[in-house]
Amino acid sequence: MKPLLLLLLALTTAGAAADSGTGVTMTADGVEARPVDELMLALGTASFRDKEALVIQLAASGDTRVPVLLQALLDGTLYSDATTGAIIATPADGAPVPLAGAAQADAPTAAPRTDDLRKITVNNSLRSQLRVLIAATQLQNPDPGVRRQAARTLTGNARTTLLPLLDRALAAETDAGARAALVTAQASLHLASPDPATRGAAVAALADTSDKAILTLLEQQAGTETDATVKAGLARAITDLRGREQRFAFVSDLFFGLSLGSVLLLAAVGLAITFGVMGVINMAHGEMIMLGAYTTYVVQLLMPSHIEYSLAVAVPAAFVVTALVGIAIERSVIRFLYGRPLETLLATFGISLVLQQLVRTIFSPLNKSVITPQWLSGSWEINGMLSLTYNRLYIILFALAVLASLITLLRKTPIGLEMRAVTQNRAMASSMGVRTGRVDALTFGLGSGIAGIAGVALSQLTNVGPNLGQSYIIDSFLVVVFGGVGNLLGTFVAAMSLGVVNKFAEPLVGAVLAKILILVFVILFIQRRPRGLFALKGRFVED
Amino acid sequence: MTGSPRLLNDAASRWLLAGLGMLILVVPLLNLAVPETSPFHLSTYMVSLFGKYLCLALLALALDLVWGYAGILSLGHGAFFALGGYAMGMYLMRQIGSRGVYGNPLLPDFMVFLNWQELPWYWYGFDNFFFAALMVALVPGVLAFAFGWFAFRSRVTGVYLSIITQALTYALMLAFFRNDMGFGGNNGLTDFKELLGFSLTSAATKNGLFVGSGLALIAGFLLCRWVVVSRLGRVLVAVRDAESRTRFMGYRVEHYKLFVFVLSAMLAGIAGALYVPQVGIINPGEFAPLASIEVVVWVAVGGRGYLYGAIVGALLVNYAKTWFTGAFPEIWLFLLGGLFVVSTLFLPRGVVGLFGQRRQPPPSAATGGNN
Repeated sequence: MKPLLLLLLALTTAGAAADSGTGVTMTADGVEARPVDELMLALGTASFRDKEALVIQLAASGDTRVPVLLQALLDGTLYSDATTGAIIATPADGAPVPLAGAAQADAPTAAPRTDDLRKITVNNSLRSQLRVLIAATQLQNPDPGVRRQAARTLTGNARTTLLPLLDRALAAETDAGARAALVTAQASLHLASPDPATRGAAVAALADTSDKAILTLLEQQAGTETDATVKAGLARAITDLRGREQRFAFVSDLFFGLSLGSVLLLAAVGLAITFGVMGVINMAHGEMIMLGAYTTYVVQLLMPSHIEYSLAVAVPAAFVVTALVGIAIERSVIRFLYGRPLETLLATFGISLVLQQLVRTIFSPLNKSVITPQWLSGSWEINGMLSLTYNRLYIILFALAVLASLITLLRKTPIGLEMRAVTQNRAMASSMGVRTGRVDALTFGLGSGIAGIAGVALSQLTNVGPNLGQSYIIDSFLVVVFGGVGNLLGTFVAAMSLGVVNKFAEPLVGAVLAKILILVFVILFIQRRPRGLFALKGRFVED
Repeated sequence: MTGSPRLLNDAASRWLLAGLGMLILVVPLLNLAVPETSPFHLSTYMVSLFGKYLCLALLALALDLVWGYAGILSLGHGAFFALGGYAMGMYLMRQIGSRGVYGNPLLPDFMVFLNWQELPWYWYGFDNFFFAALMVALVPGVLAFAFGWFAFRSRVTGVYLSIITQALTYALMLAFFRNDMGFGGNNGLTDFKELLGFSLTSAATKNGLFVGSGLALIAGFLLCRWVVVSRLGRVLVAVRDAESRTRFMGYRVEHYKLFVFVLSAMLAGIAGALYVPQVGIINPGEFAPLASIEVVVWVAVGGRGYLYGAIVGALLVNYAKTWFTGAFPEIWLFLLGGLFVVSTLFLPRGVVGLFGQRRQPPPSAATGGNN
């Protein structure tokens, strides 16, 4: 493909007119080219093959009309006038832009008649070519971010004909990031150079990069390379890149595992309060998470024009809604069952069934779509081998913030003190004047409210449906029990380690088996250390 | 001190046995002997439905033995039930032979569909009914033994035990959903043709299965009665009410618990094996934690720690379930959820406790705790 193109390019440039018009420029070999207008006009009648050659020359021209033309061609909004031969772009959001030919001269008066316009068609190979060329024109963009992105697009994709363009851009480049990207792009083109020394230098330059595309490029080059020194350099570079790829894959897995652990932590931390601190087996905990997720849905329904801020409203709203539901449950059912854990388990399980069915009746059994705000979507591209998605990044931060505020609440505030007092010695706390009934209700409300907050976070990651909570309840209990009942930091460590282990076991044994193995591991672990990872020290009356 | 007089010295138990005996006589009679035009005729569908209830009652009985008498609240008894069901399902699959959709004489349809070339080793022997029948009790028994061995020795009690039994059945559910486990994945085992040469679609077989389930329930009940009135049963109650104290008196608590847990798992497996040919399918849904916890509510509604309470509860709740899911499907879960709450708050002794059971002391308020 490449030699063929070069040949075509040579043919078209050879026939170029010598006299220079407004947009005359130099081509790769320094021969004076046809004026830009002529190239543009030729597009109207050219075959696909000729078009490829034409767009390459146009991109190399540096003319200001070219980006508009290329984009229009890619979008399928570039037309040629059948009678005059004029080239006109008709962007979707604006008036037609005459680019070349007769129409340009008397543009203001004579709007082209639509029946005369013929669309200039493109095929797939031309389309990919166009994307590269558009990137090439963006190398002159004033925004360094755009230039960096353009250089990245060009890396490994561009034809050697664009090299002069890259050289020019590199000479003028001031932004360090864009410069590095350009150097990489340039080196990737130099790989095709006939000179072994240039190829060797290119390989050396590429060995320092961290990009999967470059690794593929080098591997391809290794297959065709003939020069022995360059070949050895290639082998070294590939080993380097592969090693780096593995390290970044590890970091990425670790990040993913931590975010998984954060989800577990969010789901379990409310339970760590109700179960760990109060000793109440709340099987309706999952449903509190679900209610939180549905609160997010309702909040977004109420403020459809401010989706970006909906989560900021949903977090307190979900806390209040689920805390109130939790307090209602505690006052109406659970307070009669203190000291009878198995009965509590059954009663709260019944409540969870009722809540699920309630949601099914009100919202329908189908999943609801909760919108992800713009600032949560997308990912942070650190380099070509490592990118972290924002929603997972934020969920880690969010989980940590929730945990930190919970610990602060329990340790530093008067209500936290009362909560700890009641759970440690109810009778003593009561005789010191603590209203134990009120504290019970508030503690349960707090645990439930935190589950609601977890629901807001989960609504951004999974489907929001009546069964949302069920899938987290067993995991949550395991996390709390694994970490050691009554120990928030233990819950944190347990959630994070289970998340990370799960992520790393997944590629080895598959997602389902990894989950099963973790369940089995935790079951065995609980049997070895029934009081969890961080058992509270001290003497206990058994149960 | 022979077993038989004490075995049936309880009026309610005698009534229950008489009722069950009547049931397994009358139902087939109404189905087979009474002409279809008569208002007293019972459809074959109803026979199978009652047969299903009897199997579920046996499962509830098994749970009551461990929960009501040893204080072990298992939220994973559905796992033992399903394993028994799968063992029976494997036998029934092998009986299909070359009559499957793909006509493979050796491999069940789903294996042909998955392009498997040979039968996995754990399917060997399941073409023999007696081997399969052995496995029905053995597989749940071995699992219960292994699980209980670890759990009871390390003194995992109360709620912790409940949660890990739930995790156990959840893990099994995930495992059985996998296609490469070799148990039909999501669809499970179905399309059964015959049992011991009797076509599963014929009314006679269905009546036979019904009677078989009834007899199994009676036998199971007598066995459980025998266990609970024996000296061993008294130790179990002691364990339930004061585990530490019993241990300090020199009893090896974990041995008693392990014995009763394994026995209960085997009964659950048998219940599952009788259940599967009557409903015609076994799939991983039986492992769902909800299915297991529903059994708990049957026992709680019926009355825990009486044995016959579990049977009454299972029959009542399942009949209500059939009726409500048919008539008002939306209401059923509200009702089931409400049952959980009401039975724990207001019916600590269950339905049978409402009818003046003053002679027998109810199970103490401490449930699985050690005070």
